[in-house]
Amino acid sequence: MTFEIDLQLAGAFPVMARFSSAADSIGLAGPSGSGKSTLLNMIAGLVRAEGRLNIGGSLLQDSRNGLFLPPHRRRIGYAFQDTRLFPHLNVLRNLHFGGWMRGRATAARFDDLVKALDLRHLLGRDVAHLSGGERQRVSLARAMLSDPQLLLLDEPLANVDETRKDETLSYIERVRRLKPVPMIYVSHDRAEVSRMTDVQYILDKGQVFAGGSHG
Amino acid sequence: MSFFSNFLSAAESEALGLSLRVAGVAVVVALPLAVLVATVLARKRFFGRGFLNVLTLLPLVVPPVVTGYSLLLVFGHNGPLGQFFRTCCGLEFSFRWTGAALAAGVMSFPLMVRSIRLSLEAIDRRYEDAAATLGARPVVVFVCVTLPLALPGIIAAAVLGFAKALGEFGATISFVASIPGETQTLSLALYAQLQVPDGEAQAQRLMVISLVLAVAAVALSEWLLGRSVRRA
Repeated sequence: MTFEIDLQLAGAFPVMARFSSAADSIGLAGPSGSGKSTLLNMIAGLVRAEGRLNIGGSLLQDSRNGLFLPPHRRRIGYAFQDTRLFPHLNVLRNLHFGGWMRGRATAARFDDLVKALDLRHLLGRDVAHLSGGERQRVSLARAMLSDPQLLLLDEPLANVDETRKDETLSYIERVRRLKPVPMIYVSHDRAEVSRMTDVQYILDKGQVFAGGSHG
Repeated sequence: MSFFSNFLSAAESEALGLSLRVAGVAVVVALPLAVLVATVLARKRFFGRGFLNVLTLLPLVVPPVVTGYSLLLVFGHNGPLGQFFRTCCGLEFSFRWTGAALAAGVMSFPLMVRSIRLSLEAIDRRYEDAAATLGARPVVVFVCVTLPLALPGIIAAAVLGFAKALGEFGATISFVASIPGETQTLSLALYAQLQVPDGEAQAQRLMVISLVLAVAAVALSEWLLGRSVRRA
């Protein structure tokens, strides 16, 4: 998978990211407020930035030629830091949402993901009654079931109990072994980013710097 | 109506039935339009938005008799829209219960729009972003995420609009007069009883019926609104 990211966001808090990589997983580390989530929103098309974005040969955005694919046409799965599970749907319906929209989810893939993330016992539950770790797992499964060509993970451990953090990372690794979708992983913790990704970048004050590779 | 006939006279049942029909039709017809206008006002920025907002609120602030007279001029027998609806769909408004429903719908419209708009503005739009990343087009996001999250507010708006429509008086009497069995709703029947000698006891019975209906509707509306706020 090749990533070619050349995006700029002007405004009160400018963010500029220019890097390309052939790695399957890219890590972005940086302190809180450095623009990590904003950059992910720019890649997902939720924030309209200027520039060019090419993911695995699919040109998603090219401002010079007036190209800007809206989020629903980008096939980018996004597991948000705050999970954003739909409060009016239970876990099962949250999981099916992406499949319904893109019509690509199969029963086999659903079963595999539910098993890998240990969600079977949660399917009928109201999302308001999930723990932080459970919410993250459901959010990850929901993003994966929308059949993405790229997965964005934003601080997946942010709302997870200290004792459950390692377990949550193991769940993410399990999902990536099950279906190795290219990923951009964001965290304030450089060690966590190094563990989860092949290539790392540092984001500071809205600017991306090379951070080296791992593994 | 057989249940009510144990307690109410034929005239009271007729006024109650007509009130429920008029208010029901008013809300069913006005609600989709109210959702549309509330969505436009809550979500879109465009030239003339302020004017649309004022236009929407107008029936709330102008004297009801002005609204009723305006409806008579526009939707009356010789009014431009009155003639249009008569020619295209055989729909007559002046001195008909349909006119009473139109007046009730117009008068309750600002309340419905306001309630739905508040409900839409309380929705956390990050859920809509999440739906978009899962492949939902904007219209699907609206139907599958926005509307369900706003639903308690929309139901509350419908109940509030229904209560307002039940109690409508000024615009209705100005537009379609007070014809028993056709346009004489509970409020108009009560007023009519106040105009006749010895009508006070009858008027008090109608007053109690109106009060019970209005209190029940507003209580239901408040309960639903509370649920909506908690959820958003």
